[in-house]
Amino acid sequence: MTTNTSRDEILRRIRQALGTPTPTTPPDPTTIPRNYLTTHAHRTPQQTTNLLADNLTDYRATVHRTTETHLPHTIANLLTHHGTQRAITPPGLPPHWLTHITTPLTTTTTDTHPDPHTLDTIDTVITHSALAIAETGTIILDASPDQGHRAITLIPDHHICIITPDHIVESLPQALPRLNPTRPQTWISGPSATSDIELTRIEGVHGPRTLDVIIVTAEPSTAPAETVSDEPSA
Amino acid sequence: MSGTYLGLPSFPKAAHDSTRDTQLRANLTHATHTIRTKRATAINELTDWPQLRAAGAAIKDHTLHHLDHYLLQLEAAVTAAGGTVHWALDANEANTIATQIIKNTGETEVVKIKSMTTQETGLNHALETAGIHAYETDLAELIVQLANDKPSHILVPAIHKNRTEIRDIFTTHMTHWGRPAPDNLTDNPTDLAEAARLHLREKFLNTKIGISGANFMIAETGTMVILESEGNGRMCLTLPDTLITIAGIEKIIPTYQDLEVFLQTLPRSSTAERMNPYTSLWTGTTPHDGPHTFHLILLDNGRTDTLADTTGQQALRCIRCSACLNVCPVYERAGGHAYGSPYPGPIGAILTPQLRGTTTPLDTSLPYASTLCGACYDVCPVAINIPQVLVHLRERITQGGPTTTHGTRTTIQPAKGHRLERTTMRATRWTLNHPTALQHAHNLATHTRHLHPQHLPGPAHHWTDTRNLPPLPPHTFRHWWQHHHQTPPTTNTGKGTDTRSETATDTGTDTGTAGTDTGTGTGTGTNTQTDGGPQQ
Ligand code: SF4
Repeated sequence: MTTNTSRDEILRRIRQALGTPTPTTPPDPTTIPRNYLTTHAHRTPQQTTNLLADNLTDYRATVHRTTETHLPHTIANLLTHHGTQRAITPPGLPPHWLTHITTPLTTTTTDTHPDPHTLDTIDTVITHSALAIAETGTIILDASPDQGHRAITLIPDHHICIITPDHIVESLPQALPRLNPTRPQTWISGPSATSDIELTRIEGVHGPRTLDVIIVTAEPSTAPAETVSDEPSA
Repeated sequence: MSGTYLGLPSFPKAAHDSTRDTQLRANLTHATHTIRTKRATAINELTDWPQLRAAGAAIKDHTLHHLDHYLLQLEAAVTAAGGTVHWALDANEANTIATQIIKNTGETEVVKIKSMTTQETGLNHALETAGIHAYETDLAELIVQLANDKPSHILVPAIHKNRTEIRDIFTTHMTHWGRPAPDNLTDNPTDLAEAARLHLREKFLNTKIGISGANFMIAETGTMVILESEGNGRMCLTLPDTLITIAGIEKIIPTYQDLEVFLQTLPRSSTAERMNPYTSLWTGTTPHDGPHTFHLILLDNGRTDTLADTTGQQALRCIRCSACLNVCPVYERAGGHAYGSPYPGPIGAILTPQLRGTTTPLDTSLPYASTLCGACYDVCPVAINIPQVLVHLRERITQGGPTTTHGTRTTIQPAKGHRLERTTMRATRWTLNHPTALQHAHNLATHTRHLHPQHLPGPAHHWTDTRNLPPLPPHTFRHWWQHHHQTPPTTNTGKGTDTRSETATDTGTDTGTAGTDTGTGTGTGTNTQTDGGPQQ
């Protein structure tokens, strides 16, 4: 197994290569130039949400907009539409989001591993999300109680993911400070995809093949004519 | 590097064969051009591309210059988060450590996410020898593995196979490995993907050990980062009980914040997407979520020797996006196999001979597998000056000189078979350094042009067997100039011709400037030149 000899030898070789026979003094990463942008345009919150929706759609997620009041209806409708026989939710999902569901529902617990074979028999998983990034069309799950184990959003073929307004940021540099790196994170930009066969894009080799994203808005959903998209490079 | 690739023909020989494979050439041209064009759009969205590129290069350089510090910090963080860290000097040691971990669990099967590092170590073969079967789970890797073939592109490893070939591979081979392909499988890509999904899901749900590489390792938190598209990565990283990650020591970045640079530049450079479908981050183990045992094997295997070369060490910045492959005219024609290593294309041409040393005919031929056109440098998101390193390695091969091998400083002799070239180079250099001699040589050449043969003598006859030698002009340029101008030309060396290969050191400032070409160019000239394609 690990030999301290190899560890010591690798460190010795590094120090010899760098010309620093003793351990280097603590480095100063502040010398790295970070004059890149923290966001690529000035946008209103509405424009940011529209951009998120556009980019998610571009990656073949299906985006739905709804209000907090209509959310339970939207969820129930999507389950019906998908023909879901069995659904699963993490334990921390607000119970009032699920009041209209008629489909049999399993809720996971936080203190046991979910069984992958059982998950393989479930059609749909419903979760909240930790954050969404508009410029890249990315949803981030961090295994908080309202998102659950990583496996539950992986094995079922249909994922309904809910984004609430306070969880939308514009760009990557804005996202990272709001996340805890030591929680297991899954970043999702559209459903699973491959281009390995003659570069033809095919959705879903392994992950969920259908990704329904529900963006909860404070106002009634914006009419399509007003959904002006702005380009990230604007 | 791995014994798997030893005994392969040198690049010219392998390329000679592969350039005659019309299917391969057609597929490669289609793939590289498609990705190249898409990449332009994705990168033009980011007006700060030059700054991101400079920051990426600076972060990597900073890390390399304090590699011992960051590795120890990483080791402490991973251990504190419940993981175990192992150090491997070479491929064999990494394979032995992994084999032992698996044997201790009593398991004989593992699932793998695509990893160039484990291809480098020849892990699958080593495991097979120890009675452990490793399943590749990336669709392309599955195709390649079932066909008992080798990957030919970093990003799209099965790019050399068309849909009918893939259908035949599935129909014939799946049954020997697990769930057979469905009856009457068509060559429709959707049906092929479905067959792979069913075949592999059986493996994911039942296999207790996963093996991965890593795109990034964050020193401050001990966090591993993997970018992927299909979800097979998530399966391998979360479903098994034990996870083994093998990563080169250069994959480290200092802080979590650094991801904001690489998660913007890697997907766009790689698959030309704003973001890849799935990115996974994990730190040690998490109770009741994912594997309960995590082993990290840190691999040297020639990296510290590469670090010791002040010109060549920039190859260690590489984030394996494959953009340089997609713009390379040599790669486009020769294909990935000709490079005889898991790292093909321009990056392979500079990384492989440094990791393995320049002792075999293949490795001494790799630095010549380039036209030095500089397109690879222009697209590289961490501004690796590939042409500069190529020239540097050619010099080492023809002239020998100081180098570091297995951690020992040594002086190598010119490589066998390159002595003639060395003599020619020396004569050329002498002539170029003596303007009068050069002028006489030119005059002599132009005045004897009617005597010049149509075919070259000696080994160079191969070249002129199929080509005409370009005729020399009747007058030298100097002569022409003197004839048309009163003042003789000033000898202007340096500036203006090819600034790429002149940039000796890639500091942040240099790379920023170079990046401007790539990112903000809107004219067709810049775009067609520099926009190339994308991974792990
Ligand atoms: S362009 Fe080539 S050398 Fe640069 S990061 Fe990408 S793969 Fe590595």
